[in-house]
Amino acid sequence: MDTIRIVLAGQPNVGKSMLINAMSGSNGLKVGNFSGVTVEKTEVCFEHHCHQFEMVDLPGTYSIRGFSQEEKVAHNYLQNEEYDVIINVLDSTHLQRNLLLTLELLKLNKKMVLALNMADEAKKEGIEIDVKQIEAIIGVPVVSVSANTKMGVEELLEKIHEVADSPKREDSNIVYSDAVEEEILEISTFLDDKGFKIRDLSSREVAIRLLFEDKDLYKELHDEPIMMELQPILLKSLQHIYTHHETKNITEIKYNEYNAIARGIRMETVQCGRNRGGKNRTKKIDDILINKYLGIPIFLFLMWGLFQLTFELGAVPMEFIDAGVSAFGDWIGSTISNEFMRSVIVDGIIAGVGAVLLFLPNIIILYIGIALLETTGYMSRVAFLLDGFFHKFGLHGKSFIPLVTGFGCSVPAYMAARTLKSEKDRLITLFIIGFMSCGARLPIYVLFTGAFFGQDQAGNMLFVIYISGALLGLVMAKALRVFVFKGEDEPFVMEMPKYRLPSLTLMWHTVYNNAKSYVKKAGTFILGASVLIWVLATYPNQPILEKEYKSKIELIKDTKEVIKLENELKLKKLENSYLGQIGKASEPFFAPLGFDWRMTVALEAGLAAKEVVVSTLGVLYAIGDNVDENSNALANELKANVSFASAMAFIVFVMIYLPCLAASMVFAKEAGGYKYLVYLFFFTTVTAWILSFITYQILA
Amino acid sequence: MKLSELKKGDSALIKKIDTNEALKTRLASFGVVRGSELTIEACSMGKKTMEILVDGTLIGLRGDEAEKIEVEKI
Repeated sequence: MDTIRIVLAGQPNVGKSMLINAMSGSNGLKVGNFSGVTVEKTEVCFEHHCHQFEMVDLPGTYSIRGFSQEEKVAHNYLQNEEYDVIINVLDSTHLQRNLLLTLELLKLNKKMVLALNMADEAKKEGIEIDVKQIEAIIGVPVVSVSANTKMGVEELLEKIHEVADSPKREDSNIVYSDAVEEEILEISTFLDDKGFKIRDLSSREVAIRLLFEDKDLYKELHDEPIMMELQPILLKSLQHIYTHHETKNITEIKYNEYNAIARGIRMETVQCGRNRGGKNRTKKIDDILINKYLGIPIFLFLMWGLFQLTFELGAVPMEFIDAGVSAFGDWIGSTISNEFMRSVIVDGIIAGVGAVLLFLPNIIILYIGIALLETTGYMSRVAFLLDGFFHKFGLHGKSFIPLVTGFGCSVPAYMAARTLKSEKDRLITLFIIGFMSCGARLPIYVLFTGAFFGQDQAGNMLFVIYISGALLGLVMAKALRVFVFKGEDEPFVMEMPKYRLPSLTLMWHTVYNNAKSYVKKAGTFILGASVLIWVLATYPNQPILEKEYKSKIELIKDTKEVIKLENELKLKKLENSYLGQIGKASEPFFAPLGFDWRMTVALEAGLAAKEVVVSTLGVLYAIGDNVDENSNALANELKANVSFASAMAFIVFVMIYLPCLAASMVFAKEAGGYKYLVYLFFFTTVTAWILSFITYQILA
Repeated sequence: MKLSELKKGDSALIKKIDTNEALKTRLASFGVVRGSELTIEACSMGKKTMEILVDGTLIGLRGDEAEKIEVEKI
């Protein structure tokens, strides 16, 4: 069976993903990354008329000549990879702007098909497009399609066969401005007179590329004798064009020409009927949603709703999952007689898998929310509204959503940062998400503020903790921008897409793929790491100690005494485990902050999950691990053993240091490698240490 | 005058774009070049960001980027 390799290229918001789904029947979609970068790559394979279609979806870009990561990825792929046909997807309702990319793609000299998507929408808006005329001008087949209604999809697939089988692309009949055309004629006539040929380019095409300073062509021509004679002609031609365009910047001239051509094609082929309904609706909605005064309150309200939904609604299945996993663990545990195996499977593996699954409801709900914001076109408005504030701190308007999500849980927050398209913006946002205290840190704060401030003041202190964490994050963002991610800001020029009703199929695919990739990728690492932490906290075995306590417990009848002894055993075991040993060994490091070895061990256990900090403190203060933040016994014990200054330093440290294992793994994946996790570890630990040190020294 | 000096509802013709290459390329790929006609659709508080309509496309840009675009009001 023959294979046809196809590349999909197009600007953002033209419905490329929808079209892929429509063409392939959404079977065999594979979502991954382009090698070495965190730019999403969708691949799909399917059969059509006894041919294997292998399709790669390039990131949506407005140009392939730009400087953004997506644009570089798209350009590299189109230039260097092997493929047979480019499908250039265009939005029928924004033909002129979309044609700018088409003009760039034409320069690749590859076989191509234009798919004018959203034909149904264009029809509704009264836009009529002369497909045959566009075909005549551009020189490649043009198909009017709608991914929504599946209209024209079959025709598009047929055309791909046709184009793949054709020997060569036809020349296009694009006309430049008079000044440029004159010079093209001059140069191409000269080339014809000399009988000069290079590659399979026509003389006209060579002339155009010479005038627009095509670097590759100049390299090839460098050693050709014809260059001698060509040079003076070219210089004269360029002079003429410079005068005409009032600039000597050839890139600018090229874009001015492209824009004029695109406008020309639109005027020649598009009939705009009576009403532009979509436009007017978008304008009307924009009048409210990005209103100078109403915009931000409306947005905050919507965010509040999403946030509530994520963590309130998400809490319901989370409870079930939690209960289900521990019940399952107990059940499995009861069937295994070997003590060691049971411990590995129940406390290590099942608990680890449970930790992965626990975040799934949050991630799914959050992704539904984000997919809604993005597919309706509201996300761009969010960036528009908030960019003024966030840009001051070296962030982007879109950073708001991951940051605010960070108050709930860092795992979905890191994943939400994907909506940031610029590498620098994304990394800075990822690095400061941890400063937004997540829900799992709350019990630690409640415990300590309750113990040291009393119930009436605790609420206020909590507020101070959250706010100062967020402010610190913003200051850190600025510092990162100034000292680490230097250089010029990414320009904030973004399309404000038309408001659209969300497409259920597309949302389903986004949510499903993201959830799947989380479970698959994060799952394996989180699982491995959970088992590791469990090993550290359980080993080495201490049979002598256990025997000693067992015999002691057997002698005593009083249940209270028994519990006390059991707790003591837990304490001793943890103290002598690898984790305890690490804690004790690192005690000198934390001594300047006023932490004893118990607080140190609790902090280190907190690297696995912040929920563990409180229960570890319970064990270490010999109260048992069945404590929560409202436990008076633990609060009293803390108050008796920990100084006020140490406690405050501890809170500061918890606010800042590395998020839990699950989050750290997701961070590494989203940032693009483990080296970033190492950076994050040092960044957060150093910051936490210094600020805790200051806190302790001031208060002590 | 500068694009950043226009108010909501104003229309103008672009005279000159005085920015670095990266921004110029980005603007051009949206159809914002010398000679394009634009309308201001919205401004955020303090004109930190502006929304303009060029050839049927709504584009958001920063105020300090708009400062570098020379226009003629029409």
